[in-house]
Order: sequence, then structure tokens, then C-alpha cells
Amino acid sequence: MNFIPHTQEDTKEMLQAIGLKSIDELFKDIPVELRPKSFNIPDGKSEFEVTQVLHKLSLKNATCLINFVGAGFYDHFIPAVVDAIASRSEFYTAYTPYQAECSQGWLQAIYEYQTIVCQLTGLDVSNASLYDGGTALFEAMMIAIRQTGRNKIILDSGVNLIYRTMLYTYTSNLSIEFVEIPVAHGQSSRKDLFKHLDNKTAAVILQNPNFFGVVDDYSDVVKEVHKFGALAITSVYPVSLGMLKTPQEMGFDIATGEGQSLGIPLSFGGPYLGFMAAKNELVRQMPGRIVGATVDSEGRRGFVLTLQTREQHIRRERATSNICSNEALCALRAAVFVSLLGRDGLTELAEHNYRKAEFAKEQLSRIPGVEVKRSSATFNEFTVLLPCHADRVVQRMIEKGFACGFPLGRFYKGMDNYLLIAVTEKRTKEEICMFVDSLKTVL
Amino acid sequence: MKLIFEKHKDGRRGFSYGLASEPEAKPLPKKYCRTTVASLPALSELDVVRHYTNLSRLNFSLDTNFYPLGSCTMKYNPKFTERIACFEGFSQLHPLLPQLSGGGILSQGSLEVLFETEKLLCEITAMSAFTMQPLAGAHGELTGVMLIAAYHKDKGLKRKYVIVPDSSHGTNPASAAIAGYQVKVIATSADGYMDLEEYQKQLNDEVAAVMLTCPDTLGIFNPQIKKIADMAHKVGALMYYDGANLNAMLGKCRPGDIGFDLVHLNLHKTFATPHGGGGPGAGPVGVSEKLVEFLPISRVVMRSDGTYALNYNYRKSIGYIAPFYGNFGVILKAYAYILALGKEGLINAAEIAVLNANYCQAKLKSYYDLPFDKNCMHECIFSATRQAKNGVHALDIAKYLIDKGFHPPTIYFPLIVQEALMIEPTETESKESIDAFIDAMIEIARLAAENPFLVKEAPINMPIKRLDEVRAARKPDLCWKPQN
Repeated sequence: MNFIPHTQEDTKEMLQAIGLKSIDELFKDIPVELRPKSFNIPDGKSEFEVTQVLHKLSLKNATCLINFVGAGFYDHFIPAVVDAIASRSEFYTAYTPYQAECSQGWLQAIYEYQTIVCQLTGLDVSNASLYDGGTALFEAMMIAIRQTGRNKIILDSGVNLIYRTMLYTYTSNLSIEFVEIPVAHGQSSRKDLFKHLDNKTAAVILQNPNFFGVVDDYSDVVKEVHKFGALAITSVYPVSLGMLKTPQEMGFDIATGEGQSLGIPLSFGGPYLGFMAAKNELVRQMPGRIVGATVDSEGRRGFVLTLQTREQHIRRERATSNICSNEALCALRAAVFVSLLGRDGLTELAEHNYRKAEFAKEQLSRIPGVEVKRSSATFNEFTVLLPCHADRVVQRMIEKGFACGFPLGRFYKGMDNYLLIAVTEKRTKEEICMFVDSLKTVL
Repeated sequence: MKLIFEKHKDGRRGFSYGLASEPEAKPLPKKYCRTTVASLPALSELDVVRHYTNLSRLNFSLDTNFYPLGSCTMKYNPKFTERIACFEGFSQLHPLLPQLSGGGILSQGSLEVLFETEKLLCEITAMSAFTMQPLAGAHGELTGVMLIAAYHKDKGLKRKYVIVPDSSHGTNPASAAIAGYQVKVIATSADGYMDLEEYQKQLNDEVAAVMLTCPDTLGIFNPQIKKIADMAHKVGALMYYDGANLNAMLGKCRPGDIGFDLVHLNLHKTFATPHGGGGPGAGPVGVSEKLVEFLPISRVVMRSDGTYALNYNYRKSIGYIAPFYGNFGVILKAYAYILALGKEGLINAAEIAVLNANYCQAKLKSYYDLPFDKNCMHECIFSATRQAKNGVHALDIAKYLIDKGFHPPTIYFPLIVQEALMIEPTETESKESIDAFIDAMIEIARLAAENPFLVKEAPINMPIKRLDEVRAARKPDLCWKPQN
């Protein structure tokens, strides 16, 4: 099937208007020797056939595992309203809102999204979204490097390893010096961090809650970082901001994060949502689109893409970033999600996650041989030490219908027996108890 | 329209989780808790739904208006692909599942989609392998330039420059710069092609790569493209294909057959996934044999038993460029689209896209200046210089088109064309909708000559008139702030 409306008559008339006899003549500029050597694509299929093929494939994926895996990407409930609004094709079939007068819906929605990101993080300005939490962190790091004119980055190893690996990949052709700070008892080691902090440091990068789910108050670190004229950057889990101390309250200059938890399906890794908020003085270093409010010729409020001289389509190789397409539709989902929940709903959601994780900790600690790490406070994710290799437990639990957590040995040396367990609001008390019972039987 | 924050009313709730029945827990120590209040709106569910539904109605979109935005390939986004992306097996799958022992077997459907899409894209572009990870076109470019850097480094070569033509997308030089290269810009000669003499002069063994769009951003297929590629290869530089304009090439010419070494594709253009008001897109990168070993990890492989798995074991890989396997939901829609169209459908898409663009060009060329008067490919580029003499600029033409119910073409790009109007109708627009657009363009040309004020006043039929962009940039107001 295809979606071409042309009748034979249309094609003929149009060719005539151009002054050509055949479609082939339209392609006469392509030299014969450059014509495809092959084009072995299967024949087309009907909508029904394709739908069937892909429905069958979707059933080869797990659809009923009870999920305790997080590691930065969480199984949260998505209210129907979010899907309903994001399915409006007036939103999803529009392009980037270059032409303000016929894009006020999108522009206002992004302005509201930017406001929500500022309200969650406490910071002054936000952009219209980035690809994901990892690329957002990279962009934040580059802001610090440009702003300070320095090239040393202190990176806490409590930052998701996926993101740390991305930072290394992106900078492999640039001269940036990284220092990784070890984690002690689940928390960032102040002693090590302060030892490396100097006036060559462009930024210190931390994560809250960190990869182990541990929450921290980094106010002391940020204070020290600022003494050396460096920037403090944090990667945050937005759902936790319904409860946790904000990046602004700790003094951070830039906050980034993965917005997937705000009404965006897990969808096997994307599309997700990178968000970024920063202090006012960094606004002209921000990457990507930014929407601003202004007025029309009759004084009515309206919205436009603004501060565009930062961007690649104008500044080209001197732009603050190469980003063009972002994740606007995911940003819309996040805006609808947070607007629907409101402040009380978001607090309730955070509270829900915290309490259920605490309940799971309590239950798990009763299993002989299982040690729940309790030296530091956590939000909705925590580590347990198992009496055997975590991979073995993970495999046996999958057979019992549970994705029971993320084995830390995959990312950290010497942690083969550790499991990182996430408990979101979707996990019921009954599921948690079943989970604990099953775990007992596989150890 | 009021902002959603201005509709707030204390005491309203739009959603509740029902916390009452939940287990009690010792509260988190105060020092970790936020003390400032997030000013988020309190609204009913209907308030929220009505707010965003009414906002949606203030947009032009592909489903409501003709959208000939040049270089963006705004073709129809089939609805069945949206439904497929919502199948629970796809939408609810945790990306870490295949990385767990015993989890790979429960992710076979999604891994197969990635594997099969990669195969199809290889055949469409004549590349040896693809990474599906890049999350947008520009992200694909950055990935490509990082692959180029890894390739030269592996050979022990230090190369400093990336060449782009002056007609290129801004993302090309920006991507090259972010990956650590200096940019050399080659001018376009009077015939609309890259100036070969200057290109020859700039080309040397310090050049890492040449980034080109083909057909180029003027909508023209450069018959010298093979020669350009051969010249680059002669000095050991790689050829990078910006896939923004691939729609014109489907089944007609493949980048790999020309001699391109790397390709990024914009699935949200050529392969009909919706652009979502700015994103998400997807920008898979294909490479020729000599670059395969540098591709990002993980890669999806088929094992001897026919099952699919993730392989991380590539010593020379550049590493991670995305957290997982790309914008899977977008890739899935593109896969469904390619399966539906098949070989003939894809070729037909290219043919009709080119037919529609040439038809626009033929019908409008006596009314607007055509900077390069030759057969175009998927888009045609006019210059409003004639109209500008009467004070009617490309921007004014765009605004008048909005009043007439058409999304304007791309304006002021490529930068080398004064008063550029870049029209890309795509293959899914009917002759009737294109004719209506042509009529509006002819009307504007007439008004520009007779009564330019009427054009300059536009839009007058929209909820707002032209906005003060200078004020927006001088006094940035980037978020709503609570009154007290």
C-alpha cells in the first residue's frame, strides 16, 4: 500500500505542465552508472498484514513480568489523559514551531513545560527539551566548559554508568580531563572530591538520588565547588522532586535529568525526554530551542522561539549545540502529566514511591541471608546483598514472573552479589509480598 | 489563552493515587526534603483536557493543513503505525530487560524489529551496517563525525578539518565542531553546484571528511557527485551523506553506490514518522564496511539458533551514544511504514515527491525568481527578490500564506539564496491541495505588485498578529512566575 493520492490522469496533467513525457525524465540528472545496483526490498503489505506481523512480534516480548527494575528508567503509571492529549494530531503531526502565528498551541505548551521544569528544580530557566538524560548531562557539561574556559570535570561514580559512558564517548576527540570520585557507603565521598577540586575544575557532576537510589544533600559540596569558581551540575529523577530537596535549594547551577518518569512509556529505551534547567546567568549558553513570551502588534500575549542566535541554524559551527530536533512530544506528555497531578498529586506520587520502597526493604530484610543496605537514606530504589551471584537470582526470578532488579555487578567491579531494586507506585503491597516470597524460594 | 497556571484553584485535584491504604513508613529525614513549594496548577481532569485540547487547535499540523516546509519532508504520517507503537509488548518493555540473564528471550520481538529495520536500511542506502541508536538527525551527524574521528585515529592519522558546502544545514558544521573539528566552507558556484575548483584547493590530507546532502539543499542532484566522492577518497577523506533529502532517492540512487562512507537518515522525514512538534525523531547511521568496527555498542546480532541478542564485544567501538537502542518507538513506526510500502511503494514515493515539486516549480516560475533554473528533485527553491523590491519579503509571504490556511514553506534557507522560499510538497499531497497552494502564491505575487500593504499586514485571520521577536530576545520571559 502507499499513501499517494494521484490518479493516472493527475500524473499525466502534472507531467504536461512541467513539459515532460514520463516520470523517468524527472530523474535524468542521476547518471546511469549511479542507478541502484540492487533494491531488494520485499513487496508491500496491507495495513492489516503489517499490523498482524507486528502484533505477533509484540507478543514475543514480555508483557506480564512484574517489574522491580529501575536503574534510571522507571515503570510508572500513565494516566489516560496523557495519551489522549499526546494523540491529538494537531500536536503530533506539526513540525518545530518556526511560524509562531500558526503554532501558538505548541509554543504555549512548551512555555508551560519550561515553567514546570523550573518549578520542579527550583532553577530559573529551562529549554524546550533535549534527547534524553544522558545527552542533557553532556550538554550541561559543555556549558560549564564554555562558561569557565576550563576543561577538568569531576564526575561522581554515583552518576548512572550509562551516562558516564556517554560523556566519555562524546568527549573522546576533545581534550577534557575527567576525575571519577568513588562512592563510599552509597554516598559521594566528600574527602576524595575535595582533594581533586581546584581552579582548573570546570564542573562537578553529581546525581540525586544517585545510581544506588541513595538521597543526599549536596549543599556542602556545591558551596566548596563555587569557592573554586567551578559549576555544580546535578542529574535528577524528576518524580523524586515531589519530595526531595531541589537542585536550587542545594545551590546547583544546572540540573538535568531523564523525564521518562513523567508520563512517558518505557518503550524499550525511547523516545525519552532530556530536561535541563539552569540559573539565569547561563541562559545564553543553553543548548536547543527556547520559547519566550512576548506581545503582538496589538499588545496581546503570544509565544515565540527565542534567543535563536545560540542555535545551529544561525550560528552554525559556533552554535552552543548541534541539536535541531528535540523531544517536544515527550515534553508535552510531561507537561500534561504534571499539570494533571498538580503539586499535591506529585507529592503523593513521590510519597507513594518512598513508602512502598521502605515497605519492600522491611520485608526483604526478613529473608535470612539477604542484607538490605540501610546506612544511607533512599528514595524508591535501594541495594540488597544476596548470598549468591545476583545474575543467578535474576534469571530464576524471571522464570517466576518477576524482573527482580538490576544486578550491580554489570556496572561495578566486586558487586556481583548486589541487586538494585526499584519500587514504584505501581507495585501493590500484594505484589511486593509475592516478590519477597518468590525470592525466598530461589535463594 | 490563559496559561494553565492561571487556571489554578486551590483545592482542585485532577488525579489521585489513593494513598490512604498504603503502608506507613518512617519519614525521610528533613534535611533531604524540599522546603520550597513547587507552584504547579491544581485543576480538575476536565480543566486539563480542555486546556490542552484547545491549545492543540491553535496549531497548523499536517493533519489539518498543507505543510510544504522545505527540507522537512512533511509527508502523511499513517495512523496504523501509531497503533502498533502502542502495543503493550512494545510500549511497556523495560530497556534493561535484554541485559539481564534470562531477559533476552523475553525481548525477542523488539530485538527483531531493530535487526530487520537495520537490514532494510542497509539495502535502501547500500551501506554495510547501521546503528539505530542516534536519537535525531543532528545526533546522527554527531555520531557519524565521531565515527570518522575514530577511523582516522585508528589509522594513526591526525586530521583537523571537515568540509561542508555553504548551502549545508547548520547542523553539519555544528556537529563537526562539537566533535572537535574545524570547518572549511566551500562556496556554491553560479550553476548551483559546489565550486569544484575551490573544493580541489581546500582538499588535502588534513581533511577528515566531506559532509554533503544529496540531492543538495537547493533541491538539485549534482551530476558531479561521484567525482566529488572520488576526489575526497583520493586524499583519504571520508564521504558523509546527510540523509535529510533521501526521499527523492528511494530506489533511484543509493548513497553507498555513489561512494558515500557514512549515511544518517531522518526516519521522521523519509520514513513518515510524525515530527511531534519538534521531536522525537530518529537518526540511524549507516556505514560502509571499513567503519563497521567503530559503530556504537550495543549492536543487535542474530545467533546461530535464529534468536537475537545484544553484542557489546567490539573492541574499537566508539562507545555509548544513547542510553539504549535508539528511539525504539520511532524506529518501530518506520519499520511498519517500510513493510507496508514495500519496494514499489518506496520508489513510487520518490517519483511522486519529485513530480509534485517540479509541478510547483513549473507553475510558479513565471511569478517568482528561480535562482537555479533546472529540473529539481523533491523540493524547489524560489527567491522573493522580485517581490522584495516592493517591500514584500519572504517573511511577509509566509505570513500571508498562514492567513490562507497553508503552512508556509521554509524561508531564508539555504542561506545562500536571498529571500529563499523552499517548497517541499511531498508525495502524499494531492494535485488539488497543491493547486490551491499555487493559486495562493500567485495571488501573493499579484498583491506584491499591486497592493503590497495587504501582504505585509498578514496574518489577520489568526488569534494573534505578528509577534515582537526583538522584545522576546531582549527581555527574555521564559517561564511563568507565581505572583507573590
